[in-house]
Amino acid sequence: MSEFKVNKTYAEINEKIKSGKVVVVTAEEMVDIVKENGPIEAAREVDVVTTGTFAPMCSSGAFINFGHSKPGIKASKTWLNNVPAYAGIAAVDCYIGATEPCEEDPLNRVHPGEFNYGGGHVIHDLIAGEEVHLLATAYGTQCYPNRRIEKMVTLKDLPYAVLCNPRNAYQNYACAINMSTKTVYTYMGVLKPRASNANYSTSGQLSPLFNDPLCKTIGIGTKIFMGGGVGWVSFQGTQYNPNVESTPMGAPVRPARTLMLTGDMKTMNPKFVVGVSILGYGPSLSMGVGIPIPILNEEMAAYTGVGNDDLFTQIFDYGNDYPAGNAKSLQQVSYAELMSGSIRFQGKDVPTSPLSSIVLAREICDILKTQITEGDFLITEPQGMLP
Amino acid sequence: MVKDTYSKMLILRFPKGRADSPVVCNLAREYDLTFNILNATIYPRKEGVMVLQLFGTPQNFERGMAYLKQEGIKVQKTEEEIGRNEEVCTHCGTCTAVCPTGALAVSRPDMHVVFDQEKCSVCKLCVRVCPPRAMNLHPVDDLLPEV
Repeated sequence: MSEFKVNKTYAEINEKIKSGKVVVVTAEEMVDIVKENGPIEAAREVDVVTTGTFAPMCSSGAFINFGHSKPGIKASKTWLNNVPAYAGIAAVDCYIGATEPCEEDPLNRVHPGEFNYGGGHVIHDLIAGEEVHLLATAYGTQCYPNRRIEKMVTLKDLPYAVLCNPRNAYQNYACAINMSTKTVYTYMGVLKPRASNANYSTSGQLSPLFNDPLCKTIGIGTKIFMGGGVGWVSFQGTQYNPNVESTPMGAPVRPARTLMLTGDMKTMNPKFVVGVSILGYGPSLSMGVGIPIPILNEEMAAYTGVGNDDLFTQIFDYGNDYPAGNAKSLQQVSYAELMSGSIRFQGKDVPTSPLSSIVLAREICDILKTQITEGDFLITEPQGMLP
Repeated sequence: MVKDTYSKMLILRFPKGRADSPVVCNLAREYDLTFNILNATIYPRKEGVMVLQLFGTPQNFERGMAYLKQEGIKVQKTEEEIGRNEEVCTHCGTCTAVCPTGALAVSRPDMHVVFDQEKCSVCKLCVRVCPPRAMNLHPVDDLLPEV
């Protein structure tokens, strides 16, 4: 006997998708549905909730195989558009990381550096179908005598190009403020002195891992929307930490779980994989990620029904504490307050700015909703659960 | 506003010793020009720079400009303006943290980042801050005359 009043299986939901009878809503729509009808009624009504997020996700990169040349080469160093790609793997394989700046970038020598081109931009350019300059050098072996190749490549020419992002879709993230007396240029944006502004980066109630806070349906092998194409959850991401203080509904109140994602670049859309330059910090990659949450029972309905009022994060000082490695929470704040444009902090109103695009997060939720409703996207049961 | 009113974005440069006189106030009182101060800085050696948007009739404009000249204030038109490449903007909101005039702001509840060029003081902060580089600086007037 199940502990739930509503019980659906992945297979049953997929049958509904195939027969066109599935009911899909976005995470935002679900908040109102659960508020009005309660989780049991919502679980009866809704089969799948779509989630989405679009923000810089630094821990991203691509494995690229650029094909054997004549004569062959065992590349020991590679560059794509003058951005170094790690080549310490097989002969013509490399990994281009999102935050790698291009050679000859002045970096932070004149602070704050602009970082106009890096690994994230190379990945975007490839997905946009542009030609990218490839240079590989080698020490030469008897089986691979070539010491240097140089050619223009496009994504179409590459035998293999797969995004493999070791940490994406962070479940919650810090709100950054600057308590020092000087402006700081951080990965959380520009922070003016004396707590004059606060920046945060999440899609809140739309965010994938806020809608399945204990990862009951998201696991190894979950099929997802990744960069406009198809991707998969491969494993827990780096810095995955489930042992974090949470609300009664299981939503962590500080950074917690993360996902390692993999997806074929050839299926992706440049609109959802965007190279970015973070002033004073470095290049990076903004990723669009969307995950469908199957409403197997009223518990999942309740999780997906949580709104920004009941999601919280902590404010950290990026002026002194964070750089010194002593980040401690200065205050807890709700996402409803952060998204209102102003928060009350230490007796004054502080304007807030998002770093995460709600506009694109909503678009991802809608695309996924259409794909599932039209039968083009089936949900997957995880092949292994995350810790 | 009356029918033949028009607005102009101007940069006023106050020489040393003039930064403390109430010329902008006089523009309103004596010449019936409405102003919106978008940026004002006094540099260490006491020269001042002010970016303001002025509204008024062409006639009053002319008289106001003559008054500024007489007061020794250098008036420049903003020669460059900020534009946004709508194809590139992801509406992330990063720029809104640095925009001093609110020309870039998040509209709620849709969370689009709106750009109101009328409010822009051309401080250029957004150009370097915008992560996907959607903001650009370009001359107001075309460099080449139209054929």
